[in-house]
Amino acid sequence: MKMTPLEFEKPIVELQDQLNELLKKSAGQNINVDKEAAAMQQKIEKLRSKTYKNLTSWQRVQIARHPARPYLLDYVEACFGEFIELHGDRHIGDDDAMPGGLATIGGRRVMLVGHQKGRDTKENLKRNFGCAHPEGYRKAMRLMRMAEKFGIPILSLIDTPGAYPGVQAEERNIAESIAFNLREMMTLRVPVVAVIIGEGGSGGALGIGVANRVLMLENAYYSVISPEGCAAILWKDRKFAPEAAEALRLTATDLKKFGIVDEVIAEPLDGAHKDLAVASDNLKSAILKHFCDLDGLTPDQIRAGRYAKFRKYGEFTEPTA
Amino acid sequence: MSFFKKLSLKGFGEKKKDMPEGQWQKCPACETMLHEIDLSENLRVCPKCGHHYPLDSEERINSLIDEGTWQPMDSHLRTANPLGFKAYKEKVEASAKKTGLNEAVTTGRGSMEGYPVSLGVMDFRFQGASMGSVVGEKLTRAIEAATAERRACIIVSASGGARMHEGILSLMQMAKTSGALAMHHEAGLPFISVLTHPTFGGTTASFATLGDIILAEPKCIIGFAGPVVIRETTHQKLPPGFQTAEFMMSHGLVDRIVKRHDLRGEIVQFLRYFMPAPTVIEGRAATVIA
Repeated sequence: MKMTPLEFEKPIVELQDQLNELLKKSAGQNINVDKEAAAMQQKIEKLRSKTYKNLTSWQRVQIARHPARPYLLDYVEACFGEFIELHGDRHIGDDDAMPGGLATIGGRRVMLVGHQKGRDTKENLKRNFGCAHPEGYRKAMRLMRMAEKFGIPILSLIDTPGAYPGVQAEERNIAESIAFNLREMMTLRVPVVAVIIGEGGSGGALGIGVANRVLMLENAYYSVISPEGCAAILWKDRKFAPEAAEALRLTATDLKKFGIVDEVIAEPLDGAHKDLAVASDNLKSAILKHFCDLDGLTPDQIRAGRYAKFRKYGEFTEPTA
Repeated sequence: MSFFKKLSLKGFGEKKKDMPEGQWQKCPACETMLHEIDLSENLRVCPKCGHHYPLDSEERINSLIDEGTWQPMDSHLRTANPLGFKAYKEKVEASAKKTGLNEAVTTGRGSMEGYPVSLGVMDFRFQGASMGSVVGEKLTRAIEAATAERRACIIVSASGGARMHEGILSLMQMAKTSGALAMHHEAGLPFISVLTHPTFGGTTASFATLGDIILAEPKCIIGFAGPVVIRETTHQKLPPGFQTAEFMMSHGLVDRIVKRHDLRGEIVQFLRYFMPAPTVIEGRAATVIA
């Protein structure tokens, strides 16, 4: 698809356009511009490197939301063996924002659950912009229970702005569908690896994110509230989203420091969407490595380890009287 | 409890009243002029129309727990500022000063008609009773104590949700408290969740909706997303009574709506079904409950 550059990418794109222009002109006139072109190319590379190695939190949020960013099914296509999708929560419906099913990756069997966004209006109507309803969370839990029954490890790929804030979602108890997953995922005796591949929008992300290992792509974010939502409440204006993004410490590197994320998975220099092959290779090897690490543990150790991981989260002081 | 303390009326959906410091105020539901003494002697329920005002955690605990049995837990925990969020420390300190509490939830052990319970009560006056690390930790410890000591767990919620100022660590409290409840659940112990006005966001999407029994105070507003967010995101028209306790009950989301004066009796009635009859009332001589 054609990519519209993000605001901070524009200087790079402009230089690239100039270079293209130069090459086009010179080709017609048989003038040697190799030297100029090489210099420009070098300048572009320098600027690219400088820009992408110093991304602000807000710039990463924009990359995480980039319309060309690879989604769950893109990774399935790129680096999974097979994927047999299973539908429905067995009660009210099927949620296309939360596909799931049996899959293989690197020769391993997994139960895959995750969020799926759409790339155009038609797809987004189907996928609801990756915002799942209660039936999505309940389908995911049904599949996770099935995985436990058959001893199949669970892989959760997280990419959602948040659980859907709508009337029907409330009427069908979206809050409980998430809460129930938090409680039940804590008791699973099979390994669970979760990867935040794009947006980790609050409870909507955590609702399939109670895992033994939590991994995160370099430009993904994971936050208690969207930067816009935080800005609207604390700054009284959504335009302060960049400041809120910084304050929330929502990048993969920040979250690694807090011990929330076990591994940050590298992306191609200018984001996963610029090179799906590289991004999916990195994703796949990280997933396999962490499943492999968990292989030797007993079901009880798997479960206890997950609780221990989440039990320790929180920072406070406990002065002795 | 001071009779002259300014009432907190910053409830969701209620107009913020600028009543002068004084002993009289107008009921936001029926507009009757009420004296502070009438209210405080009536569990902050309007004697005329039954409107439920917010109740401080201390008054709530007194209304539920057997006299002389309350042992608070973890009131020494103090909130940190893990993200270095601007002005956060000052906000928490101001709330602590205003309420005399260390954080937005008070937890402890006690008994109800002799039944051993672990009780957590959220206090909306403290940063909208949002859940950060201390709230999550105190609740988790109270639940874990309940599991270890075979107590029923009771949590009275009122909360704006997860606390933004502690970022991802607040989000993780949802998993932590729910995980502790998983162990309590597996131990075959009862968890009774009481929803009061207002309960939203990360609180609703974790422990508050995991009760074996879920009770709600009349007309309280309960939800995941706030009505403004829903309207702005979806442009949907909100049905009448949306997110009230009555609406939630008609959609099958809560077991019963219980008036504040009946709450203790209701909870005890469930404990009679779920727990072995108590033989020893905590801190007092043995009494057999019929």
